[in-house]
Amino acid sequence: MPPGIQTLADGLAAKATLSPADTGFMLLCSALVMVMTPGLAFFYGGMVRVKSVLNMLMMSFVGLGIVTVLWVLYGFGLAFGTDRGGLVGWRGDFAGLGGIGLTELWGASGIPVYVFAVFQLMFAVLTPALISGALADRVKFTAWALFTALWVTVVYFPVAHWVWGEGGWLFRLGVIDFAGGTAVHINAGAAALGVLLVVGRRIGFRKDPMRPHNLPLVMLGAGLLWFGWFGFNSGSWLGNSDGVGAVAFVNTQVATAAAMLGWLAYEKLRHGAFTTLGAASGAVAGLVAITPACGAVSPLGALAVGAVAGVLCALAVGLKYRFGYDDSLDVIGVHLVGGIAGSLLVGLFATGGVQSTARGLFYGGGLGQLGRQTLGVVAVLLYSFAVSYVLAKGVDRLMGFRVAEDEEITGVDRTAHAETAYDFTGAGGGTVHREPAASPGGPAPLHGTDTEKKVDA
Amino acid sequence: MKLITAVIKPHRLDEVKEALQAFGVHGLTVTEASGYGRQRGHTEVYRGAEYTVDLVPKIRIEVLADDADAAALTDTLVAAARTGKIGDGKVWTVPVDEAVRVRTGERGADAL
Repeated sequence: MPPGIQTLADGLAAKATLSPADTGFMLLCSALVMVMTPGLAFFYGGMVRVKSVLNMLMMSFVGLGIVTVLWVLYGFGLAFGTDRGGLVGWRGDFAGLGGIGLTELWGASGIPVYVFAVFQLMFAVLTPALISGALADRVKFTAWALFTALWVTVVYFPVAHWVWGEGGWLFRLGVIDFAGGTAVHINAGAAALGVLLVVGRRIGFRKDPMRPHNLPLVMLGAGLLWFGWFGFNSGSWLGNSDGVGAVAFVNTQVATAAAMLGWLAYEKLRHGAFTTLGAASGAVAGLVAITPACGAVSPLGALAVGAVAGVLCALAVGLKYRFGYDDSLDVIGVHLVGGIAGSLLVGLFATGGVQSTARGLFYGGGLGQLGRQTLGVVAVLLYSFAVSYVLAKGVDRLMGFRVAEDEEITGVDRTAHAETAYDFTGAGGGTVHREPAASPGGPAPLHGTDTEKKVDA
Repeated sequence: MKLITAVIKPHRLDEVKEALQAFGVHGLTVTEASGYGRQRGHTEVYRGAEYTVDLVPKIRIEVLADDADAAALTDTLVAAARTGKIGDGKVWTVPVDEAVRVRTGERGADAL
């Protein structure tokens, strides 16, 4: 990640001019990362029951609105402005993205600050969306929207500064997080745990069957995530002049493949079947784990990172039943566990020949890098967990985080969004169109007759 | 008049339809159904969580028959639906008081 992890690149070539190639590449990468949020929405949406799929989609999708607005107003400044004590950044010019020159370059890179700002925005949008998977079927949409706004402000923007901002304290210590193992995945996973302690389980958890309602949608989402992740990872180098971004791209593919096979193998041995949900989940686990490591390891190292993450996450998703917390779509089992695995494995598999000269234990670097990685993991995990718990408590006090019991049983799609996802009424007919009230006095009366009866059949 | 109701395996529907057509049946009603008999359900696994699915998808066929044809029609249906494996389903017959063809108002055997 920019600018400080670029120790090796800085030595090779300090760019001073705007690179049209890098700029074009990074704009495309930004678009790729953007598509991960709808991808995640599908991935999650297919896994919930039919009565809350729209709510699940919306919890991700609305982030594209909320976080974008906050990012422009102050988020970019907090995350990537001038360092204040290693903890947070600020630069007045960045507020409203106002005082930035058209060709002003980001650090030592060849891309404009605007491009860096929009690329990083997409990360900020995705991260809170990841948390929503833990909260399926049961939270108020307004409470979620408020939590998203608070969480990115107090947790994501500062943590992004710690890890990637010039002068951020984890960054200065030499913690390697190429594209977001700590800042994105551990951050979101630990937050999910904190919020879960406030929100509680779904009604019927461990008792009622809660099968995924649409596995093709899950596969579609996993595919989009995999596709977008190439931008997420290889784009995190901000340019192409030294080949590091290409290695990150290759490692992303290799680790994801290995993790998918690892999860499938575990599942076949343990449960007797290769499931599509297992393939999709394994792929995502691999993507998560290679995120911090894709600029530090060789493709063989990526193979190991992926295989370890695939099996480990397949084991971890069963823990919620043992401990009784309802991490509905396994944000902790996949993102927290996968993020920790990837971040720590950097300490073992870093070759010292890609993004920086830092070597892991298996490449003669001793335990130093592993120690730094552990510090990064623990710091982000504890901060995110604690602050997310407090924020969720606050939201709960203010407006109640959960929907009422009858609304949860009916389904939040109908009660919060006034829609249902699928029309199964093969015979058509039966729906009565209701005009909005002409006067503010209340809902229009139902005229049961002729013109307003819609018969589709 | 009799109403013959059959609950069968979904993949036998085509054979049953052909057999009934060959027999001379002019119309029937098919519904997607789910249920269980001695076959019981099956197990599905989602991220390691195993769910027992009790209700198995089935097809329900309803066909009206004249009293004289009912027994032979039932035999034809059973023969077409049979695979010999568990879960082949069931066929039963009940008496019907009246049937009316909606378009013409014909009643009884004429309405079949």
